[in-house]
Amino acid sequence: MARWPKSVPLLLLAATSLFAQGNILTIAAPPKLQAKKNTTVTAKLEVQLRNGYHVNSNTPSDDYLIPLRLTWTAAPLAMKGVAYPKPKMEKYEFSEKPLSVFTGDFNLVTTFQVPASAAPGMQVISGKIRYQACTHKECFPPKTVEVKLPVDIVN
Amino acid sequence: MHLSRWVATATVAALSVFLAGCSSQGSVRAAVKAEKDRNKAPGFTLKDATGRSVQLADYKGKVVLLNFWATWCGPCKIEIPWFIDFEQRYKDRGFAVLGVSMDEDGWEAVKPYIETKKVNYRVVIGTDEVADLYGGVSSLPTSFLIDRQGKIASTHVGLVSKSVYQNDIEQLLDNRGPVAEERTAPAAGGN
Repeated sequence: MARWPKSVPLLLLAATSLFAQGNILTIAAPPKLQAKKNTTVTAKLEVQLRNGYHVNSNTPSDDYLIPLRLTWTAAPLAMKGVAYPKPKMEKYEFSEKPLSVFTGDFNLVTTFQVPASAAPGMQVISGKIRYQACTHKECFPPKTVEVKLPVDIVN
Repeated sequence: MHLSRWVATATVAALSVFLAGCSSQGSVRAAVKAEKDRNKAPGFTLKDATGRSVQLADYKGKVVLLNFWATWCGPCKIEIPWFIDFEQRYKDRGFAVLGVSMDEDGWEAVKPYIETKKVNYRVVIGTDEVADLYGGVSSLPTSFLIDRQGKIASTHVGLVSKSVYQNDIEQLLDNRGPVAEERTAPAAGGN
């Protein structure tokens, strides 16, 4: 006769807490960026979107839709640009035509210029990801998530 | 070996139940409630596109479809032509749609949209305070059907079918009692 293992309730509690506390979109804490002066460096943000949800891509299909945007207050670095993933074109119950969206896991890669004048040492720069998520039946208000990127500026 | 497989199976089963609960967003929360179970719809005053104040109390004696929506909400836009039809079809029987836009940009975003879509019912710009009165309105579309006594008879969160709204409206206009059996949400887009 099989017994209910003692570890099962703990496992379930951990699993359900993970979902209950999680946001629709989560961003892994980025590792420290080594930034040599007078070079360009890239920082990758790993984004996870909860299963069953989508966000509009950075180039949505409709003017009314709110794009996903990553912006930085980059000083003392200078932001050169953000590379967004290739959007998926997906058709939903509520859309007449496929929409340009991101789903699942994806990366946002930012290129920064490290000025020659930047002071060496540790800095933390701030970024913001603004997004608007939906399921196939409902949409959630636009949200902005702040990200912190530790940067070690070296000669 | 058997034990670990059993643990994995139990975990997956429990998670499935949990996730099924999560996916209840977007379903019909209730059909038309019995009159004794209805709560009073909170009053509010908001501005329409002409700047005139609109109070829920203005609609006393009418059946009101109070629809929280936004121009960035795809599922909301599917419903708007249905509501235009309802406004036209049931207006003379004491029915009105009142749209509450939750667009952050206010009329700048909403006015061109309702003009293009030829929205024939009143639209106001909502506030977080009014949304809070109605339980926070955490997702859109969220609609409340309010009876002639100013009480909330049904709530729909997420996209449901036109026929679900239509049945509820007709039931309230005819002042019939609630349907006996719990209704499940049919696929959206039906008529």
